[in-house]
Amino acid sequence: MVVTPSLEAADIIKEEGGEILKLCYQCGICTSTCPWNLVRSFLVRQVIHQSQLGVPDFEADEPWLCVTCKACVDRCPRGVEIIDVWRALRRVIVEVGVGRVPDSLRLAVKNISGVGNPQGEEREQRGDWARDLGVKAHTKGTDLLYFPCCYNAYDPSPQRAARAMVNILKKVDANFGILGAETSCCGESVRKAGSESLFQSLSQSNISVFNEAGVTKIITASPHCYHTFKTEYPNLGGNFQVMHYVQYLAELIKDGKLKLTKELKKKITYHDSCYLGRHNDIYDEPREILQSIPGVELVEMRNYRENSLCCGGGGGRIWEETRKGERFSDLRVEQALEAGANVLAAACPYCMVNFEDSVLTIGDSDSIEVKDIAELVQEAI
Amino acid sequence: MEDEVRIGVYICHCGTNITGTVNVEEVAEFVKGLPAVVMAKTYIYMCSDPGQNMIKEDIKQLELNRVVVASCSPGLHEHTFRQAVQDAGLNPYMFQMANIREHCSWVTEDPKLATDKAKALVSAAVRRVYHQQPLDVREVPMTPSVLVVGGGIAGIQASLEVANAGYKVYLVERDPSIGGHMAQFDKTFPTLDCASCIFTPLLSAVGQNPNIELMTYSEVEEVSGYIGNFKAKIKQKARYVDEDKCNGCLVCVEKCPWKASSEFDEGIAERKAIYTPFAQAVPNVPVIDTETCVYFSKGTCRACERFCDPKAIAFDQQDKEVEVDVGAIIIATGYDAFDPSAITQYGFGRYDNVITALQFERLCNASGPTSGKITLKDGSEPKSVAILHCVGSRDKNYHEYCSRVCCMYSLKYSHLIKEKIENAEVYQFYIDMRCFGKGYEEFYERLSNEGVKFIRGKAGEVTDLAINEEEQGKLVVVAEDSLMSAMVRVPVDMVILSTALEPRADAEVVARMFNISRSADGFFLERHPKLDPVATATGGTFVVGCAQGPKDIPDTVAQASAAAARALAMISQGKVEIEAATAVIDEELCSGCKICNLLCPYSAISFDEEKEVSVVNEALCKACGVCVAACPSGAITGKHFTTEQIMAEIEGVLV
Repeated sequence: MVVTPSLEAADIIKEEGGEILKLCYQCGICTSTCPWNLVRSFLVRQVIHQSQLGVPDFEADEPWLCVTCKACVDRCPRGVEIIDVWRALRRVIVEVGVGRVPDSLRLAVKNISGVGNPQGEEREQRGDWARDLGVKAHTKGTDLLYFPCCYNAYDPSPQRAARAMVNILKKVDANFGILGAETSCCGESVRKAGSESLFQSLSQSNISVFNEAGVTKIITASPHCYHTFKTEYPNLGGNFQVMHYVQYLAELIKDGKLKLTKELKKKITYHDSCYLGRHNDIYDEPREILQSIPGVELVEMRNYRENSLCCGGGGGRIWEETRKGERFSDLRVEQALEAGANVLAAACPYCMVNFEDSVLTIGDSDSIEVKDIAELVQEAI
Repeated sequence: MEDEVRIGVYICHCGTNITGTVNVEEVAEFVKGLPAVVMAKTYIYMCSDPGQNMIKEDIKQLELNRVVVASCSPGLHEHTFRQAVQDAGLNPYMFQMANIREHCSWVTEDPKLATDKAKALVSAAVRRVYHQQPLDVREVPMTPSVLVVGGGIAGIQASLEVANAGYKVYLVERDPSIGGHMAQFDKTFPTLDCASCIFTPLLSAVGQNPNIELMTYSEVEEVSGYIGNFKAKIKQKARYVDEDKCNGCLVCVEKCPWKASSEFDEGIAERKAIYTPFAQAVPNVPVIDTETCVYFSKGTCRACERFCDPKAIAFDQQDKEVEVDVGAIIIATGYDAFDPSAITQYGFGRYDNVITALQFERLCNASGPTSGKITLKDGSEPKSVAILHCVGSRDKNYHEYCSRVCCMYSLKYSHLIKEKIENAEVYQFYIDMRCFGKGYEEFYERLSNEGVKFIRGKAGEVTDLAINEEEQGKLVVVAEDSLMSAMVRVPVDMVILSTALEPRADAEVVARMFNISRSADGFFLERHPKLDPVATATGGTFVVGCAQGPKDIPDTVAQASAAAARALAMISQGKVEIEAATAVIDEELCSGCKICNLLCPYSAISFDEEKEVSVVNEALCKACGVCVAACPSGAITGKHFTTEQIMAEIEGVLV
């Protein structure tokens, strides 16, 4: 096979955000770090080189594999923003029309565009998860906005975490509110999946809703919403104080405002979600919270903190079908079992969904439970 | 000053560099009309011999007493033209340059704008030179000795060069013996010379040379003074052994029951509380490590004292402080090896058989802890070894630079392994093979021929988690082989990490002490990377070897000899020329506020308590101008940068 570089295509990729790929010196550490290579072949380095010459395979799997876990970025010796390169490739596919967008992703994006959530559920029902909890709507004068992920809002399992958080907020007499149907998906994964214009309209819409409702401080359930509100919304005019709920809870516990007195005799292992850990350097707070629960024994898995193993949900892949035998979350549950834990704790709805699936498919629901940190805290009050 | 100011102006073409955009003839015509200009002409290359000769001729013929050359940057040729002017009998400070190249023709596209700008710049130079005064070239006497800091191969080479030329050297070394890192090596690439065999004769030579005062187990504490006249305070740490009485029998070492991790053996072996770092130590006098020695913590033991025939043990010895006067300083403090514990994925510190390059040197060395046998931690022989390149180098997360020697020493290790262990498999995980020196590429070919397996891919991970029978009990190196475009898992017995060379941990302290700068990578900064690699911005102070940046032994030795030559050039003259355009304080105007004392970055201003005025030490003054600007009384004048001169220059540009 003879390849002729396509400089126009290379330029387009750079324009769409892949400028940084010029720096890559092809060492291959990205490939060897990427969790995909635990389950199949994914030559990250090769795609970058092909992109440098403008000849990546837009029709292949590769542009859609990246889960944006940032493990490769943290190790790249040249500082190549590899996630941005994948985002650029996906933008080219979505906007220019080369290659193909996977069907399930296309559906999720269409749903978000139409009704503000990937599941395709009724927009009006976005706040229904809290219907019977007596939570007020956020208005001017409310201190905190609690913002759950689309999964917390519409999926029964992650809903438990949101409901637990509401109970905790009520317990500490926090002045908080929620916003239901007016808000939409935060757009973080949509942007990573290449739908830049949809992200722009989602964020603009959310920002004006937040401003209208007098929002100053946001507590998110998902690290993904946290990430985009904190690092991407300010460039678009959305300036709010943003916290992920583990930061808020850790502060409450440190200040003595939240006392955990009920004993939970469990051996818990905490999974560092990519968007809390590697993306935002939040490693200690979740551990501090768990360690303040009486009776809890905290154990670490083989890959922990900066070396944590992604659950496979980022980059829009939460909406895509991953073949059995190729799921990182399966490997992660195995690691939790290897560490001797009977509870696998996380603070991210994507991780929760993936781990629960894995526990079911591995068939080990007796040996290990999957719990959101909010649920565990609620049990310990 | 003479009655009539007669200025000669030269506009250089610089080939087409200037005439490419500037109309030099037009500028020359314009200049002829400026006050006090008696001649203005253009020439193709002013810096050439004919160009310079023209200046000298015109000064004589036309009785010029000021000269302006409009050409390139003074950084390049100010010295050249000052010299030419001086040769013709004029004071070199009656000369001014206008930069119409870097500041004009090279940065302006439009020819009309460029020509107008050139006129303004030359006019400024002409107005300024009108007010310039002759300044005396100043000379200070030189102390005819050299301080060499660091006793590795660089310091040793420099010391021997200076000493053999007949001058005195103070060689200060922090460790108990000279030798540095080279003393730790087994063989040197590409010749595979035994490092000790070629090196120890030099150590002895240093020990025996009557011109070298060797101060080991010592550190420089304070440096003051200026080029030709430095003062250094050196602390000689107490060895607790009397050097004059000790005969080097080392029975004390044999009898000492207390052990600590050996620094020289990079932590893979132990040494005693009383010890010499290695067998060929110079001086061959042990030191007592007070942290490990039980006498110092509990007052007991004293075995060494009991067994010492010449009664050389001296527990009551104190640190000594010595002050020396030198004319030049050569800094040869070497490097530290990168600690790869930071890269958790490689398992250094977790797995017994992941070791660093220097640790491997010690294993291989015949006088090392295993007498040169390459063994695993449990004493058995490895059958397969992986060598991982670029550990801490070429990596924005640690050191962005390339450490220059690792590709070569990795090849060296491959050879040593193949030579010592029959049928050993050696794998090199590399990104590029950098074999640049004399005989280096040939060495690479030799190793290819020896059957070393090269895998192009930076190793991702070293793990003991086996996924099949073959990997059980091994260390598995995981990487992408970028040339095969496939992930590889290579099971081996031992992993060697080719660790980066990094600046010494106390480089910042040393830089401040010797008043030198560091580059962004933390190594000491040379005056010019191409044309002046051993000098620093501080006159009389040189930096050589790995202290300036990672390099191999040939380059280190070359730099050491170069710095020695420079130092000798200075001290053999007996005097040194210093900056003439210094600051001078008018005693009458000085109010004694001392603001200038604090601001001077070169510590060149002191306060005369008697007269209650500040005084500039002209030898230290670098004419930076900070004091001139800061003085609230306007008492300080910067010679050759007077207010009159600068205002004239500004007017020349604006009018």
